[in-house]
Amino acid sequence: MSEHQSTYVPRTAFERWMDTRLPIIRFGADYMSLPTPKNLNYWYTFGAILTICLMVQIITGVVLAMHYVPNTEMAFASVERIMRDVNGGWLIRYVHSNGASMFFIAVYIHMLRGLYYGSYKAPREMIWIVGCVIFFLLIATAFLGYVLPWGQMSFHGAVVITNLIGSIPVIGGSILTWLQGGPAIDNATLNRFFSLHYLLPFVIFGCVVLHVWALHTAGQNNPVGILIPKDRVAKDTVPFHPYYTVKDGFALILFLIMFAAFVFFMPNALGHADNSIPANPLVTPAHIVPEWYLLPFYAILRAVPDKFGGVVAMFGSIAVLFILPWLDTSRVRSMRYRPTMRVFFYIFVVNAFVLGLCGAMLPDAPVIGEFKTFMLIDGDLNSYLWLGRLATLYYFAFFLVILPMVGLRETPLPIPQSISEPVLGGPAAMPAGAPAQPETRG
Amino acid sequence: MTLSFGKTAPVKSILIPLIAAAGLALVAPAAQAAGEAKKPRDIAFSFEGPFGTFDQGQLQRGYKVYREVCAACHSMNLLSFRNLAEDGGPFWDPHVSNPNENRFVRVLAAEFEIADIDSETGEPIRRPGTPADAFPDPYPNATAAAAGNGGAVPPDLSVMAKARKGGADYIYSLLSGYQPAPAGLRIAPGQHYNPYMPGDLTPFWEGDHDKVPYGGFIAMAQPLRDGQVTYDDDAPETIDQYSRDVAAFIAWASDPKATERKRTGIAVLAYLAIFAGLTYASYRQIWRNVKH
Amino acid sequence: MTESVVNSDGQGGDATRRDFIHIAAGAAAAGAGVTIAWPLINQMNPAADTLALSVIDFDLSKVQEGQQVVTKWQGKPVFVRYRTPAEIEAARETPMSALKDPQADADRVKEGREQYLVLVGSCTHLGCVPTFGTGDYGGWFCPCHGSHYDTSGRIRKGPAPTNLVVPNYEYVSDTAVRIG
Repeated sequence: MSEHQSTYVPRTAFERWMDTRLPIIRFGADYMSLPTPKNLNYWYTFGAILTICLMVQIITGVVLAMHYVPNTEMAFASVERIMRDVNGGWLIRYVHSNGASMFFIAVYIHMLRGLYYGSYKAPREMIWIVGCVIFFLLIATAFLGYVLPWGQMSFHGAVVITNLIGSIPVIGGSILTWLQGGPAIDNATLNRFFSLHYLLPFVIFGCVVLHVWALHTAGQNNPVGILIPKDRVAKDTVPFHPYYTVKDGFALILFLIMFAAFVFFMPNALGHADNSIPANPLVTPAHIVPEWYLLPFYAILRAVPDKFGGVVAMFGSIAVLFILPWLDTSRVRSMRYRPTMRVFFYIFVVNAFVLGLCGAMLPDAPVIGEFKTFMLIDGDLNSYLWLGRLATLYYFAFFLVILPMVGLRETPLPIPQSISEPVLGGPAAMPAGAPAQPETRG
Repeated sequence: MTLSFGKTAPVKSILIPLIAAAGLALVAPAAQAAGEAKKPRDIAFSFEGPFGTFDQGQLQRGYKVYREVCAACHSMNLLSFRNLAEDGGPFWDPHVSNPNENRFVRVLAAEFEIADIDSETGEPIRRPGTPADAFPDPYPNATAAAAGNGGAVPPDLSVMAKARKGGADYIYSLLSGYQPAPAGLRIAPGQHYNPYMPGDLTPFWEGDHDKVPYGGFIAMAQPLRDGQVTYDDDAPETIDQYSRDVAAFIAWASDPKATERKRTGIAVLAYLAIFAGLTYASYRQIWRNVKH
Repeated sequence: MTESVVNSDGQGGDATRRDFIHIAAGAAAAGAGVTIAWPLINQMNPAADTLALSVIDFDLSKVQEGQQVVTKWQGKPVFVRYRTPAEIEAARETPMSALKDPQADADRVKEGREQYLVLVGSCTHLGCVPTFGTGDYGGWFCPCHGSHYDTSGRIRKGPAPTNLVVPNYEYVSDTAVRIG
């Protein structure tokens, strides 16, 4: 499906006046009337949910910035002042801190959806790549934000991560100094982290604009994974408004129910108790862990015995996402019709949870029961260290080995000729066993 | 909402056992390893759960315990006297809407001498406290606090229920759980054994290596004893009761908006449930003619 | 060109039973919007600790007769003036017709203690702090734009529109007032 031709006709004098000067009404009308595949399921609502998450974080963040003080002497106390004295401050703070977790739940589901339905494949590579940029900026923003309350985890987590970046050869030392603003993490660091934390969400917003622009250019994918040719647009698409505005709205309300359950009844469940202890540079917490959404990356970091190697692996795990469109050799987009690949996908999802668990546990803790087996290199085999290494291996193998190989070898299921077909039970598309035909460009 | 599970049998037969195994591994009951802190005793505080509220009588007793026992060493510098008079707090008076005018809190504050600067001469003076003043610190700075406590700084208690895993249950267990140290435990001077204190006693244990005791060392000696604080109501004046009450007070101090938060949450969830129903009906209505 | 579109927002006079659900959903959305907007605006109202500092006690024995003491309240200066009998007479005898903002002197002090005048020391024109004892009426003079106030703090000459504000205060004892 190629670019949607504008069907907007200005009706009032004001609309005509605006249309020749700044066509924002046309832009809005075209957005609302955009022909969208009619078979999108609820996994596709997370894009809209993410936009709302970004708005919520920006609005609550700007409000918190009216009261927060980015100075080491006052940061912790200013956050508690927000919780106690600012009218409704407790609500705004909890929405912001839990909103970060909700943002990551939504972004991981959104990315997994893209993976499953092949939304990264041609002609949508730029949507995917801009999405990876957004994901990277999101991680940076979340890390910077977590430092601001200046609790024990804030401080010591910042120490760990900045020291890792400092291990990069040649330029690492300079970057570390620019991040810290001094010989160690201190007030200078906190001030600049606050400034960058305020800035990056607006960069994310700009990237989201690019992301949606690319989407509207290449056309929305759908669960069947086929492009919709021009002659099928009338039968197979519906205008975005009201069909998907209301579906996205409904999904958003369900998401907000989950959000509200956390904010109002378990606001600290996703956090760590140590971050309610004011930062003390002289005392390290017994167990430094990042927030839950960064645990898989933390596990990958610790899987490699070498310090810089771990940094390479951690950044590499995000970098590999950028080249995904060229790693997958299959001509079929949607894993609905790729039964072999689907199994590996489900293992990938379980593996991501395993990686997260490994990030949370101490590396030498035993996985099964209490017994030790034998030492392999630097750790017992029955330890989260080795489980993490196994899970890291699968993570990279999925992208670098499995995706290329399975695409070449597997026999996909027959793909319907149009998206209406599976529902209306039309004539069989193709005989089973035949390789996928290259799609015609709509 | 449709999940795109495969229709092929091999997928199901691989996937389901895999998820089951992963699930079992994750939820398998973690045997408590010796050498860790004992799990806090779970007692039913009135403020637990989605409908929990603070018991004002308990908060008042807890404040008394804090003021008479703990405040000698532990600061609570994020709290001001006026907070005690806020809605849900120990001295909240429904007839007085402004916490600064609450007469109990004015009297409590006035018992203290607060350091201040004279507005005419600029000299340092001491004046009676007002509700706007913060709880006074027992020590002028952290160094003095450490010097007065054998090198260990007594932590500030303002958010202690949030700062420890187990919250109020942990505080209660710690305070009421002091035990004589088991024979074979080498204790350094100034340290005390408590089974609920996080720590690993393996390096200090001279006994059977399979039976390392729970808990760790804490620099605070048992602070409570029976009959130490006189209660103005009928509550028993025992270590157990003092521990419960001060744990509840610290839980309130850590999260004074808890009751308001839960009340708002119930209203929000109810509204969202209705809103979801309406929007779902609207959605079905819009989509009723489209086969999808 | 696409599937039949239902008129979802139900606007206009043609609201049928079918459209009611859309109106209801839209109304719930609007309600949610207002509920969300309120805390975001209310957080800009003064916080509890700011409000706590909004009451101060002042010891009147610090003020000499014929003098004033300036203290700070809610970030602004407050004049506490111990007026001489002559100043009180002058304030009482001013006819209402001579005043831009007519107000009797008795309404600006507490009964039995007319010698003490408590005013917010912020010129009602644009907020400068008037100087004590200068000006043509023996009260205060604002150097910024030339407003003259009399011995009751009332505007007599100049661009200020209203009298100097008397804050809420009460006597907590013979020699102390609580302002705020």
